[in-house]
Amino acid sequence: MGRLRTIARRTFLIGSAAVIGGVAFGVYSYRKPAANPLEDGLAQGAAALTPYVKIDADGITLITPRADVGQGAYMVQAALIAEELDVRLDQITADPGVPSAAYYNGTVAAEGFPLAATDDRLIARTGRGAADVAGKLLGLQLTGGSSTVPDAFEKLRVAGAVARATLLKAASEETGVPVEQLSTRDGVVVLPDESTLAYTALAARAAGIAPVQEVALKDPSDWRYIGKEMQRIDIVAKSTGTQEYGIDLKMDGMVHATVKCNPRMGGEMISFDATEAEAMRGVKRVVPITGGVGVLADNTWRAFQAADAVTFEWGEAPYPATTDAMWEEVGASFSAERQDSRFKDDGDVDAMEIALAAEYRIPHLAHAPLEPMTATVLVDGGRLDIWTGTQIPRFMQVNAAKLAGLDAAQVYVHVLVSGGSFGRRLEDDYVLQAVELAMAEPGVPIKLTWSREEDMTHDFPRPLQMARARGAVSDGQVTGFDLGIAAPSVAASQLGRLGQPAMGPDVAIVAGAWDQPYNIPNYRVTGYRVPPLVPVSSWRSVGASGNGFLHEGFLDELIHAAGADPLKERLRLCWHEPSRRVLEAVGEMSNWGEALPEGRGRGVAFTLSFGVPTAEVVEVTATDRGIRLDKVYVACEVGRVIDPVNFDNQVKGGVIWGLGHAMMSELTYSDGMVEQTNYDGYPGLRIYQTPQIEVRALETDALRGIGEPSVPPAAPALANAIFAATGQRIRELPLNKSVDFV
Amino acid sequence: MKLTVNGTEHEVDVEEDMPLLWVLRDELGITGPKYGCGIAQCGACTVHLDGVAAKSCQVWAVDAEGVEVTTIEGLGTPDALHAVQAAWVEHQVAQCGYCQSGQIMLAASLLADTPSPSDAEIDDAMSANLCRCGTYPRIRAAVKTAAAKLQEA
Repeated sequence: MGRLRTIARRTFLIGSAAVIGGVAFGVYSYRKPAANPLEDGLAQGAAALTPYVKIDADGITLITPRADVGQGAYMVQAALIAEELDVRLDQITADPGVPSAAYYNGTVAAEGFPLAATDDRLIARTGRGAADVAGKLLGLQLTGGSSTVPDAFEKLRVAGAVARATLLKAASEETGVPVEQLSTRDGVVVLPDESTLAYTALAARAAGIAPVQEVALKDPSDWRYIGKEMQRIDIVAKSTGTQEYGIDLKMDGMVHATVKCNPRMGGEMISFDATEAEAMRGVKRVVPITGGVGVLADNTWRAFQAADAVTFEWGEAPYPATTDAMWEEVGASFSAERQDSRFKDDGDVDAMEIALAAEYRIPHLAHAPLEPMTATVLVDGGRLDIWTGTQIPRFMQVNAAKLAGLDAAQVYVHVLVSGGSFGRRLEDDYVLQAVELAMAEPGVPIKLTWSREEDMTHDFPRPLQMARARGAVSDGQVTGFDLGIAAPSVAASQLGRLGQPAMGPDVAIVAGAWDQPYNIPNYRVTGYRVPPLVPVSSWRSVGASGNGFLHEGFLDELIHAAGADPLKERLRLCWHEPSRRVLEAVGEMSNWGEALPEGRGRGVAFTLSFGVPTAEVVEVTATDRGIRLDKVYVACEVGRVIDPVNFDNQVKGGVIWGLGHAMMSELTYSDGMVEQTNYDGYPGLRIYQTPQIEVRALETDALRGIGEPSVPPAAPALANAIFAATGQRIRELPLNKSVDFV
Repeated sequence: MKLTVNGTEHEVDVEEDMPLLWVLRDELGITGPKYGCGIAQCGACTVHLDGVAAKSCQVWAVDAEGVEVTTIEGLGTPDALHAVQAAWVEHQVAQCGYCQSGQIMLAASLLADTPSPSDAEIDDAMSANLCRCGTYPRIRAAVKTAAAKLQEA
């Protein structure tokens, strides 16, 4: 309970309110608990003991408000509640709940502050506290930034404990036995004579008493779920085709739909001709919407076919129309007036003797989750219902209400399981399109399904980035490192679409670069903000996803220029103990230093992102058919591992994500349009290319998320390995522009 | 048109060239096979035609006539898992899970054809399908477990 009692200490607002939205209410509204959304429409005899636990005669529902986009969020959230509630995971239903301020994310906003995870000074701690305040005040119900576990760890266990204590009190009132003589086990209260009372049978009485607020949490040595291997609650459904995703929704009277919008993102539709399309079999209507049309039909494929038969005159792209033109804009951004941040400035880089200078480039990248964007919407009278996979239910609710001319309270969001996201579902564009279509057909549920082509051409990609770097070496050591990074602002683009202002510098432009725990005598990292190009958004590990490559690629060059060993020199430069430990761990795992045969090479890279120091070693062989990836070693200091299976999946999945995109993926633009319209032009890593991956978790009592931190070091570790094997230094992604892969 | 899916005969009135995937999903309400790309790149739509894996986005409805179509729902159920599904549960392969219907159907077809595949044979066969979450290490392990179990049976 320590955390809850220290709320008063953490209610400082850091500086001026440079938080998302810039709102700063007083302490009072932060302390006041948000209303419990489960109390609306609760049936007689059902108890909503906290916003996270609902019990009625039929069963126990745990509310797991962070979206499950494959990262196992439902499982982790359910396990945290179940741990203290004392129920088995096969006794509960996980439900994502409704949009509510009660489910605010108090951790994710911290990523918006320029506070290094290694910074434990008071100002940094109060800054993180301010993020919690901001999250609560804004009701920031958002899944992202690897924040689910750190945000939920105490909140959900307290929720479980409060519910359990309240059920015990209800049992005591029912039986006359003092609470001290009662215990619980797997969803029942156990009486001294070993007879039992099910939680479900106590729900009606528990509903009538005030929830017990004084609770003690279990000692970690008593945990039965946290840290133990558990069977994922969705694993059978996902192995039998019975998991229902947004795209699988079936409703009575439902009409299938697709859209075709200007492939120049944000460009207007000047005119269209749907004569042929409307005559096609199964087509009900072609409806103009913002920037394009929707086709309503009795079958998704017929809607796709008809959409392809519509002819359009499209408006121009509201941004430079080719990738080359965009690079020109990026290249012109290394100027004083476009300087966005300089959070790191040690020594005097301008006075150093330059040993090496280089330019690095990374491309636009799509999220391309395997389930294309879908949403089902029903507009009926004064009510609007949305069924979809989303990471931002509250923002979506507000935006849909605005579009439909309703109050947010008239918009009901039903969150469904997503077939991947990687950040894509932090946007609600596809939902608003479905709202437009549903408004044209009141009373009819409209299920919008994007074609893969629509999905690829209307993603909000990770921005392209360029780095200009200079460095100095002396006596076998790296002594100077000056990194300038130019990129469009994800925060400005994304928050703009959510109707929120973005204030101050965009930390994402330099995340994973300015905040690395190296002591280099002359060390500067400068962010330059490129004016908006194509709209961009958060992509798994956000700023660090590309900055890891920029920082660790160039650092590797400098280390080689100094004639030093890439691992030993990083260890010499690194002052942060947890970071040193992960570097030492991958060294040991990979037998770093042991000679490899001709044509093989090892590369190491390290990135501290989302508070998790992560080191990776990649081993490759240069074969006559190209580079083959042999092995990857990963060590990360993750804090506490809640679910070892999920931890392993997230780390390996992040490595595969990072490697695959680094090797072969990019989005390019021509005539304002994305040129890669499906997975043939935008391939992902396949199983035959996937190396063996060995993972080691160094655990502490800290709380960190693991969905993203293994991504950033993967690309530089691979590029550094290719250099070690072949002598070829690659400074541009994807790597297959420079080398072939097996 | 008459289609036999998971042992049940259905009468459908669709265009000859409607992909089997969309007949299954939108006409018959069988949603285990998923749409991911529509161009045979991802394999999320994989089903069996007379026991052999096929990408249902590339099969015309008319060509599925007179063929036994099996979807993930017909392979096994939560109460009666097929050996491949049991291995997928044991190894907790799925993350988002969207590709796994196709991966499981592909693996079942591989093992019917090659009961004891080598590592290279597993990689070759399973490379037909795409997973964006990166579940490949667990897919490899699950295919091996399923192979061993099917050999015992």
